[in-house]
Amino acid sequence: MTTTRLDERSKDLRRVIVRTLQKARRGHVGAAFSLIEIFRVLYDDVLRFNPQDPKWKGRDRCILSKGHGCLALYALLADKGYFPPAELDKFCAPDGILGGHPDAGKVPGVEASTGALGHGLPIGVGIALSQRIVKSDSRVFVVLGDGECNEGSVWEAAMCAGKHGLSNLTAIVDYNKHQSYASTKEVQDLEPFADKWRSFGFAVREVDGHDVPALRATLGALPFAADKPSAVIAHTVKGKGAHFAENNMKWHHKNKVTDQEVEALLAAIGEA
Amino acid sequence: MRENCLKTVYELAKTDERIVFVGSDLGVGVLAEFKKEMPARFFMEGVAEQNLVGVAAGLAMEGHVVYLNTIATFLSRRCYEQVAVDLCLHNVNVRLIANGGGVVYAPLGPTHLATEDIAIMRALPNMAIVAPADAKEMIRFMHASVDHQGPIYIRVAKGHDPVVTTDTGPFVIGKAVPMRTGGEVLLVTTGVGLQVCLAAADQLAAGGVKAAVLHFPTIKPFDTEALHAHAEGAAAIVAVEEHTIIGGLGGACAEYLAETDLLASRRFKRVGIPDVFPSVYGDQAGMMRKYGISAEAVAATATTLLAARPKAVRIAA
Repeated sequence: MTTTRLDERSKDLRRVIVRTLQKARRGHVGAAFSLIEIFRVLYDDVLRFNPQDPKWKGRDRCILSKGHGCLALYALLADKGYFPPAELDKFCAPDGILGGHPDAGKVPGVEASTGALGHGLPIGVGIALSQRIVKSDSRVFVVLGDGECNEGSVWEAAMCAGKHGLSNLTAIVDYNKHQSYASTKEVQDLEPFADKWRSFGFAVREVDGHDVPALRATLGALPFAADKPSAVIAHTVKGKGAHFAENNMKWHHKNKVTDQEVEALLAAIGEA
Repeated sequence: MRENCLKTVYELAKTDERIVFVGSDLGVGVLAEFKKEMPARFFMEGVAEQNLVGVAAGLAMEGHVVYLNTIATFLSRRCYEQVAVDLCLHNVNVRLIANGGGVVYAPLGPTHLATEDIAIMRALPNMAIVAPADAKEMIRFMHASVDHQGPIYIRVAKGHDPVVTTDTGPFVIGKAVPMRTGGEVLLVTTGVGLQVCLAAADQLAAGGVKAAVLHFPTIKPFDTEALHAHAEGAAAIVAVEEHTIIGGLGGACAEYLAETDLLASRRFKRVGIPDVFPSVYGDQAGMMRKYGISAEAVAATATTLLAARPKAVRIAA
């Protein structure tokens, strides 16, 4: 499930991330590469949005709850025209709007400021409840990390979403099986992960998180049940697309990225 | 005070569709009419305060004005990061109705005593903090709360406290209220501390010392202008609060006064709970007395302070 070949768009998006990384010399590379197909399919095929009117009432709301994966989100927001691509060159710069975690007060298209984990799903539940109150058909997507699911607030929110049967809410978990220190199995085992979501009242599907057609089919089938929130467990590879960074914890967050490392990443992406 | 606070949420919600109520696991029957008449805007989401605050933030991001009610310690201690990030960073219109501010829950012990809530909420940008003195002031504040931009922490007292405020006009968030003016002593207070200070002022008057009383129903934004103006007329300033002496109203006064030249010719003292977890039970009034938050103790503190004022620069009477 995790040896999927990448097409040119997936490679190009990774190249954008690497160039962004090169300017700041730092960033959460592993998470961004893990997430990129999820965001690509959301923004290319699933979400309703209008970059010319980021706060358009009829939009679907997408929250990156694992804020450290923001390089993937920024690549897609730039690609869709939420801000000029030149802004990517100012990643983490004092005069830039793109920080190491996404800031809703600065970045058009970012729904909620995240970074501290376990905040996105409760906020997403509140937004989903609001859509129900005002009888809007806008949907809410929250992208979570697997390590993030150690947080109790994720499960408080899951319980709440299940109770309300929020079929307009989808939680997508980037399940790359690694967190900062080591594997999720070693640090805090999440299994049986899909069953956990089911038991909290979600309709669950699992998918290869790098298989674009499979992601399209899965996210295109939402909601999975008419009276339940949906959960997508996306099986991914941390650092996917650069063989030496894959499942390599040194690339979870990388500081002092050199030009040689940038060239190595670009070369590896070309071969992926 | 709590009953009137929640009743006002209900009354306001009847005419303002933006208003939503979110509770944790409150007492049976709380806001039953609200639930019955406006079920789509009534939520009771269980003993999960981190989620409650996030949900409230999400609702507020969509334009709702959210009144969130649970016990003060759980709102201030348990979900501080959610309050900081979800509410304050996003500057959303969530009103935290915090039951049992201070030592209301004295019989229940230190897990339920909100004795540092003002201090930690004060440290958050965008947060407003309000502690009305009685039910009438609470109702006036609640009407003013609807259109305030940003989160508000509302410190709710025990209830059935004597009504001591006299204003009937609109409550202005961020404005201190002079209850008594002029005198050698200035008593500065918030919440139910106002009762204590008014009684202390009476005792001082009986002893021939005139005391002004400046009430801060809003602790943040802090009305430094009012503090400055009233401090200028006094020789001794005592800040009285049902809260730790660290970082609350007294702390706010100390921070301000220390950066002026006012203390060159005046004495200042904080009265409140010392840096401890209260170790006794009993009731709210008893615990306040234990820590010197009583009319007698405040009057004595003021008298002592007055005697100790800097003599070389004593203010002419």
